[in-house]
Amino acid sequence: MSAQTVTAPPPSRRGEPTMSTRERWRRRGPLLPALIFTIVVTQIPFLLTIAISTLNWNVLQPGTKNFLGMGHYTSFAWLGNYGIVFTDDRLRTAVINTIELTALVVVISAVLGLVLAVLLDRRFPGRGVARTLLIAPFLVMPVASALLWKHALYNPDYGLLNGVLNWVYHLFGAQGPTKDWVSGYPMSAVVVALVWQWTPFMMLILLAGLQSQPGDVLEAAKIDRADGFQTFRFITLPHLRQYIELSALLGSIYVLQTFDAIYTITQGGPGAATTNLPYEIYLTMFRKYDYGQAAAAGVVVVIGSIIVATFALRTISSLFTEEGNR
Amino acid sequence: MTVTTDTSQNPFAPADEAGGAAPRVRRTRKAKDDASAQGGPGWAILAWALTLLFFAPVAWMVLTSLHAESDAATNPPSIFAGLTLSNYADVFSRGISTFLVNSATASIASTLLVLVLAVPAAYALSIKPVEKWTDVMFFFLSTKFLPPIAALLPIYLIVKQAGMLDNVYTLVVLYTSMNLPIAIWMMQSFLAEVPKEILEAAQVDGAGLFRTLTQIVAPIAAPGLAATSLICFIFSWNEFMFAVNLTATRASTAPIFLVGFISSQGLFLAKLCAAATLVSLPVLIAGFAAQDKLVRGLSLGAVK
Repeated sequence: MSAQTVTAPPPSRRGEPTMSTRERWRRRGPLLPALIFTIVVTQIPFLLTIAISTLNWNVLQPGTKNFLGMGHYTSFAWLGNYGIVFTDDRLRTAVINTIELTALVVVISAVLGLVLAVLLDRRFPGRGVARTLLIAPFLVMPVASALLWKHALYNPDYGLLNGVLNWVYHLFGAQGPTKDWVSGYPMSAVVVALVWQWTPFMMLILLAGLQSQPGDVLEAAKIDRADGFQTFRFITLPHLRQYIELSALLGSIYVLQTFDAIYTITQGGPGAATTNLPYEIYLTMFRKYDYGQAAAAGVVVVIGSIIVATFALRTISSLFTEEGNR
Repeated sequence: MTVTTDTSQNPFAPADEAGGAAPRVRRTRKAKDDASAQGGPGWAILAWALTLLFFAPVAWMVLTSLHAESDAATNPPSIFAGLTLSNYADVFSRGISTFLVNSATASIASTLLVLVLAVPAAYALSIKPVEKWTDVMFFFLSTKFLPPIAALLPIYLIVKQAGMLDNVYTLVVLYTSMNLPIAIWMMQSFLAEVPKEILEAAQVDGAGLFRTLTQIVAPIAAPGLAATSLICFIFSWNEFMFAVNLTATRASTAPIFLVGFISSQGLFLAKLCAAATLVSLPVLIAGFAAQDKLVRGLSLGAVK
């Protein structure tokens, strides 16, 4: 080290001796297999997606130009596929549906998750059992839960929902409704099934946030005779803020990717009423066989995810450094 | 712990006095071990009512799976009908076993591969960290945020070209890449909990790398390793999008069996519930076993 300032020498340089190249590579060694695997399996496909999105490539009208031996495309489209993605009615509907579905599921399940987390934050008989039972909806295989909602709960003739309504109506001497929930309210049907699945996820993160509250602050609030609501409003909620952010952002990223529930409950219908972007991409790929458009739509989803993920990463980063400083 | 004021039982009570202005009252010291307050009977009733409401669909699934088909499809529902295991026998006779074996192969093999890759990586990110290790951590995390549907087309084309369609090992590779970031973040957070002093003491005592790993790091990190494996298993077992698009007959996993099940006509609800219960069972068991660490996996290690 040549130039040393008199007042404050940089601590990192002075604190530890610089590592030799050999030592650096010795430390990097264990990391490399995971790093190379991840780069190969996750980054190369995305580069290919970007490449394909610039091509006019429909399997039903095969061209003559070879794409890396994977098939034949017609010509370069440059940004043509993106023009279609942003003007095509179906795709635009899919974008709107994706936003609607994601926002509804994340907000409703975050609110329900918060209510459940607050309830579970107090001791009551059987709290542990209740917590275990509440996790179950998240663990049931998503395809199984979608089928369960569609056939066992929503079915107009023998579903539990109409069954219970019928039973209640019978108490008053009336005939129950024979509502077909899935075709009558397709979007709500999907949202309710997904909210059921994601609420435990929100609850677990928010409950961890509640339980990480420093006990002495709550104690002080109690000594100051703050009532439960005041404590919640002025101490718990500000503390929970970053946990709420984290659960909402992670939830958004996962719910944005929803495929199972759409595929199983409504198949995007009726018409395109519940088609979200992942399902529309799937249809473009394997029903329309338009690879160029599917790839362009894929790139749009990635950009949307990156926007959400930027905020998510910032929240995780601040939690991460905080935990590290403990 | 006892509740001393009425208002503290009800968090939604109107704010009737300003907290700071109230006179300070000396109270008896309370047990600090369990930080959470005691809820009153109303609290317990509300919590249990909501819990049971949320659990009802699962309970209904299991109950229906034990009913005869004719009792399963009634309106109003016949809750107290006789129980039978015949639906499960029927599901097995329709060949769910092959699908379960494929699911188990894909999930277990990918979980093992994840651990083989993630544990050394987490070591290089916590115990003997490489320079700029947080950047590397966030690179892994960012791959988790890319929607897999956007990669499906090139993956499909590559897999097709390589002749690996309908092959369970294709799923193993994809599930490994899907779970690797979660596992690295989880394992990093567990390994970071190994006290530096112990590692230094071991070094002073002349313990080699192997001894340090097996006798000091492993016992401390073992619960974390178990939790990480269970979470990777859960996500692989439940995966549907790649499985449905990249497999056809030989390598199809359990969720594909469920979807194919519906096409049959006639009464199928009880059998469907039996199949749904059966395929969900391994994950329910794994999830309940890992429930204390589940949140760390779900939040990618950000929340402990």
